[in-house]
Amino acid sequence: MSSTTVAKPPARRASRGGTQRRKRTVEQIIFTTLNTIFLLALAALMIYPLLNTLAISLDDGNDAVRGGIGIWPRVFSLQNYNVVFNMTTIYQAFFMSVLKTVVVVTTNLFFTSMLAYALSRKEFIFRRSITLIFVLTMYFDAGLIPNYLLIKDLGMLNSFQAYWVPTIISAFNLIILRTYMKSIPDEIIESARIDGAGEFRMWWQIVMPLCKPTLAVVGLFVAVASWNSWLDTLLYNSGDPALSTLQYELQKLLASSMNAGMNSVAATGSAHSGGQVTTPIALRSAITMVAAVPILFVYPFLQKHFVSGLRIGSVKG
Amino acid sequence: MTDAKVSTPVTATGLEPALEPASSSRAQKRKARKNAAKDPKRKITWDRVWAQRALLAMSVPLLMYQILFKYVPVYGWAIAFQHYKPGRGSIWNQRWVGLENFHNLFTGVNGERFRRVVVNTMGQSVLTLVVGTLGAIVLALLLNEVKNLPFKRILQNITYMPHFLSWVIVASLASVALSLPSSGGFINQGLMSLHLVDHPVLFLTQPNYFWGIVAGTSLWKELGWNTILYLAAITAIDPGLYEAAEVDGAGRYRKMFSITLPSIRPTIVVLLIINSGWILSTNFELPYFLGNGLVSDKSETIDVFVLRYGYQLGNYSLAVVAGIFKTIVAVILVGSANLAAKRLNQETLV
Repeated sequence: MSSTTVAKPPARRASRGGTQRRKRTVEQIIFTTLNTIFLLALAALMIYPLLNTLAISLDDGNDAVRGGIGIWPRVFSLQNYNVVFNMTTIYQAFFMSVLKTVVVVTTNLFFTSMLAYALSRKEFIFRRSITLIFVLTMYFDAGLIPNYLLIKDLGMLNSFQAYWVPTIISAFNLIILRTYMKSIPDEIIESARIDGAGEFRMWWQIVMPLCKPTLAVVGLFVAVASWNSWLDTLLYNSGDPALSTLQYELQKLLASSMNAGMNSVAATGSAHSGGQVTTPIALRSAITMVAAVPILFVYPFLQKHFVSGLRIGSVKG
Repeated sequence: MTDAKVSTPVTATGLEPALEPASSSRAQKRKARKNAAKDPKRKITWDRVWAQRALLAMSVPLLMYQILFKYVPVYGWAIAFQHYKPGRGSIWNQRWVGLENFHNLFTGVNGERFRRVVVNTMGQSVLTLVVGTLGAIVLALLLNEVKNLPFKRILQNITYMPHFLSWVIVASLASVALSLPSSGGFINQGLMSLHLVDHPVLFLTQPNYFWGIVAGTSLWKELGWNTILYLAAITAIDPGLYEAAEVDGAGRYRKMFSITLPSIRPTIVVLLIINSGWILSTNFELPYFLGNGLVSDKSETIDVFVLRYGYQLGNYSLAVVAGIFKTIVAVILVGSANLAAKRLNQETLV
C-alpha cells in the first residue's frame, strides 16, 4: 500500500491575466462596473429576506407588529428566543432534528459509499444491472400513499426508525460517489490488492480516505435534506409529539398563520409560554432563524470541499 | 499479508484493457460491449461469481433493501382498483371496483379538476426549469467575468445560501415578502416607492400570478447553486481556446458565445435531461404552502392533490391513481430524454 495520493490537475488560470490587462479599454471598465453593480444587487436580494427575519426576531414582539423593520431591530430584545427555547415542543423538536440528521448522515454515508465502491469496480460482473436498478429509483416512485402503507405494514409508524431506515441509500449520491471512485487510478487499487487487501479493506482503508472531499459534499447534501425535511414527520411520525422536528413545527406555524389571514400574517394576538409573551410574527421569525442557522453555519466551512468535490466529479464524469 | 494468494481470475480481468473504450463514439462502444459479451472471460460463470463474493456481499443486501423500499411499495397500487377505506384494515379486505377510480379521475367527476392539476404541475415546472436554467447560465457567465477572486468567492457564498434553507422557511420568507407593506412586504414597498403601482398588490390572492411566484421563488432559492456545475464546466475549458480567439481579435461577447457557451453545452443538456424527469414531481412544497382557496385553480399540483385530497381527506384510491399516472409519465419522460441525449451523442445517465 504505497502511494495514496491523487495528483490534482494544475490550476490553469494565470495565463489569461496578462493579455487582458494590456487590452483594457473603456468598454471593459464599463462592463466590469455594471457587472459588479448587478451582482451586488443580486447578492443583496438574496440576503435581505433572512436579515429582515433576523432583525424582526431580535425586535421586541409588540414593536415588531407595527411593521417597517428593515435589517436592524428597532427595540432590541432577546425575549423571542427566550420564549422559543422555553416552549417544550420547539426545544424537543430541535434535539430530535439534530439526532435525526446525525443518524441519517452516518448510516447513509456508510452504506452508500460501500455500495459505490462495489459498483465502481470495473471487474464486477453485475455492476451495470445493479446500477441500473438504483438509477431507476431516481425516477420511479411508487407514490406517497403506497410508501406510507409500506412503512405502516412494516410497523414503523410513529417510530424513530421511520426517519432513517428507508433512506440509507440515495441513488443520486451513489452516482456521485461511484463516479469519483471510478476516477481513482487502477494502480492504487491493484497495488493494494497485490499486498493482499480484501474488498472490504480496500473500500475502508484505501478508497474512503481518497474520497474525503466527495464524502464531505455528499454528507452535506444528506444533512441538508434530512434537517430540512418535514414531510416524513407529517406522514409517518405526526402521531407522536416526541418525534416532531423543527421544520414540521415551523410548517404547522406557517399553515396556521396562512389560514389566519392571507396578508395579516396573524399579526394580532399573542403567544404565551411560561408566563412570557411575544407576538406570532416575532415568534415565527425566531423559529425560522433557529431552523435556518445550524445549516447556514455548516455550509461555508464545507464550501471549499463541496465545490472542489462537485467539480472533480462533473469534469471527470 | 500474503500476496501470492490473490484470486487470479479477478485480477487478471481487472488488468485487461478497460471494458469501455475511451472513444466517445456510440457505435464503437456498442460494438465493444458486444465483443465483451462474446469474450469467455466476460461470461458470467460460477467461478467468477464466487471470486467476486466480497463485492456481491457489499452490494446485494443493499440491492434487496432498495428493492424493498422503492419497488415493493408497488403492491399499494392495488388500491387504485379498490374502493379503499382505511378502516377495513389491510388492502386484501377491500372492495374491488375495477377501473372505476381511473374513470372518475380522468373523465368523470374529478376529470376537470385533475386536468387542471396536470396543467398546473407542468406549467409551474416548465416555467421554473426554463427561468432557472437561463438564470443560472447568465449568472455563471457574469460570475466568470469577475476577476477579483475574494469578491467572487463572497458572491458565490451569498448566492448559494438560499439553497440550504428548507422550503418551509423559503415559503415563509416568500409569504412575508409578498404581503402588504405593513406586514413586512418589501416587494410591495419597493414597487410603490418606484411608483410602479399605486396600491399594494395582493400577490398571493391573484391566481394569475401564482406560476410566476413559484418560478420566482424557486429561482431565488436555487439560482446560485445551479451555477456551480456551469462554473465548473467553464473552468475546465482550455484557456488556449480563449488565447487563440483573442489573437484572432475576438471580443468579450464573441468569446462568450463562440467558446464558453458551446463548451458548456454538454453540461446544459445533461442537466436538462435530469430535470425533465422530475417535471411532474417538483414543485411540491411551494404550491402546498403558498396555495390557498383563492388561487387553487392555478396552484394545485399533482403532489398537492395527492396529499390534500388523497391522504388528508382519506381518498386513498384516487390519490394512488394520480400517483401511478405521475410515475408512469416520469419514467417515459426520462426514457425518451435519455434516448434524445444519446442521439445527440451526449453523456447519458445510465
